[in-house]
Amino acid sequence: MRTIQFREAIVEAMSEEMRADESIYLMGEEVAEYNGAYKASKGMLDEFGEKRVIDTPISELGFTGIGIGSAMNGNRPIIEFMTFNFSLVGIDQIINNAAKMRQMSGGQFNIPIVFRGPTGSAGQLGATHSQAFENWFANTPGLKVVIPSNPYDAKGLLKSSIRDNDPVIFMESEQMYGDKGEVPEEEYTIPLGKADIKREGTDVTIVSFGKIIKEAYKAAEELEKEDVSCEIIDLRTVRPMDYDAILKSVKKTNRLVILEEAWPFGNVATEITYKVQNEAFDYLDAPIVKLNTADTPAPYSPGLLKEWLPNSDDVIKAVKKVLYI
Amino acid sequence: MKKITKKTYLKWYEDMLFWRKFEDKLAQVYIQQKVRGFLHLYNGQEAILAGALHVMDLKKDKMITAYRNHVQPIGMGVDPKRVMAELYGKKTGTSQGLGGSMHIFSKEHRFFGGHGIVGGQIPLGAGLAFADKYFNTNAVTLCFLGDGAARQGSLHETLNMATNWKLPVVFCVENNGYAMGTSVKRTSSHEDIWRLGLGYEMPCGPVDAMDPTKVAEALDEAISRARAGKGPTFLDLKTYRYRGHSMSDAQKYRTKDEVKEYQEIDPISQVKKVLLDKKYASEEDIKKIDKQVKDKVSECEKFADESDFPDKNVMYDVVYEQEDYPFISHKL
Ligand SMILES: Cc1ncc(C[n+]2csc(CCOP(=O)(O)OP(=O)(O)O)c2C)c(N)n1
Ligand SMILES: [Mg+2]
Repeated sequence: MRTIQFREAIVEAMSEEMRADESIYLMGEEVAEYNGAYKASKGMLDEFGEKRVIDTPISELGFTGIGIGSAMNGNRPIIEFMTFNFSLVGIDQIINNAAKMRQMSGGQFNIPIVFRGPTGSAGQLGATHSQAFENWFANTPGLKVVIPSNPYDAKGLLKSSIRDNDPVIFMESEQMYGDKGEVPEEEYTIPLGKADIKREGTDVTIVSFGKIIKEAYKAAEELEKEDVSCEIIDLRTVRPMDYDAILKSVKKTNRLVILEEAWPFGNVATEITYKVQNEAFDYLDAPIVKLNTADTPAPYSPGLLKEWLPNSDDVIKAVKKVLYI
Repeated sequence: MKKITKKTYLKWYEDMLFWRKFEDKLAQVYIQQKVRGFLHLYNGQEAILAGALHVMDLKKDKMITAYRNHVQPIGMGVDPKRVMAELYGKKTGTSQGLGGSMHIFSKEHRFFGGHGIVGGQIPLGAGLAFADKYFNTNAVTLCFLGDGAARQGSLHETLNMATNWKLPVVFCVENNGYAMGTSVKRTSSHEDIWRLGLGYEMPCGPVDAMDPTKVAEALDEAISRARAGKGPTFLDLKTYRYRGHSMSDAQKYRTKDEVKEYQEIDPISQVKKVLLDKKYASEEDIKKIDKQVKDKVSECEKFADESDFPDKNVMYDVVYEQEDYPFISHKL
């Protein structure tokens, strides 16, 4: 199979959907002439023209709302945030309008829109540029939250997100855009709301999503050398959450480690922990361990940032802890 | 306005050259990966800071800006060694290595940051002025922002309140023609950013900001107005950045000729020409200054290189004032 970059998978997903549906447009800062701040819309202005690939001024509140308004009136917008850190400038429109419009109008106005862009840390960018808000968005009824971890998933999930008739928050990573992976030429989609077992195992379940899952892969490789068999579940979609996949795996391995790049208080891992203790309490052979970032804004200094982030060593320690070895 | 004299020109030359070389050094050590993340350099825009410092009351006036913020704190009195160390992520840095390139602060020198979210500093600038008015300090705040930031809602909300409440603030748009790869032309139906002030009946106008004397004149008028209790001014300071937006920018949105055009009216060259033409300095004197500047930059580099990285607990210590705040631990 051919191999393409994550950013190319994003371009392909958007372009294929735009070819098939005239109502879709892409809007955001630097998406057109610059081909995307991270080249995740490369070539799209050339193909679709200015009407459908639209550069905005730095006006997140305005273009987020313009996207939602147009979705109320027939469009299916893809709105790019240069990073989700900047979505905060427009978050009122997402939470108060996109997420609630259908409910407030008694089902009259669905909002078929995708908000996409990178989430999480991306090296030493400092506190304002290293934030993961998937749990913020996932907390909001009315939204769906999708986070791929490789090019194949990115393409299939983005196509489904664009076709979805509800608002979808689709989160990428600056540090994944260059990742390469196998992606078939033929068309395919991946359903939202379904987790994926990235590695089968028997001793412990590791649940993760997004780019940080790579730390789990590394840990699993290491642990295999010590005859510890890890099952890695990639959530792919955070809301709705595929609880069944997690519960099924935990019932098999009886141990759970959750790895999430987010602040520790009230995050996605917390929600999973509640669900698993509630529905699989008798299957658990050890307390669940969740691994997150430090409970502080991201520091700039390299050593501190390394300490701030969870890594594969933390995963190994956590796995050993739940296995009592 | 404080007279612009031989001394002023000499200071301008030395300061601006130092800022330029300091940042050239940053670009160099960035390639060596001693400085990481984003690095937004001020090359070309120095006349704005030079002109502003000439007319500010450096005992009480305040400054706030966005992420292109390495040289402003130096101008306000911060030891440049500490700014360099911050970019290295060292504990001797202005924020103990926590803030990084986009987040330089100095409470002591009334430099209020260093802000990474475009437009985020605009209401803060007005807020600083609000407090000065509240406490009758007679101080004025210079609030800098980019041409791109002028398109944020925060600007429009803030301009309205600032005029309505006659806050002692000067909004200085550092209009370098581009917000990343987006030209001013492409973000609005007209290019005269200064006209945004008209809608709020705020005194406003364009300024040739490649020339520090022009900046000084415009800012002197604006600062005097603010100090007299007559409220804010909105200035469109026309400038240019020679380098890319940050370190990875192919700059396809502009031509090399355009960059050259501005380099021909480079503020440092303009000031140097005055020094020589008016015989304020000889070629020899200039060489001496150049050498001093070079040595000073080397000292900064050495200091940053030799400083230690911060201890792990600093990451927690700086978050809350409360000393025994119960953080959730994240390592086993
Ligand atoms: C709210 C927000 N949106 C987007 C960005 C990404 N970004 C950083 S700088 C920049 C361009 C800003 O241009 P301008 O205001 O003209 O300032 P300049 O860089 O020219 O000094 C953009 C889009 C950001 N940091 N914050
Ligand atoms: Mg600009």
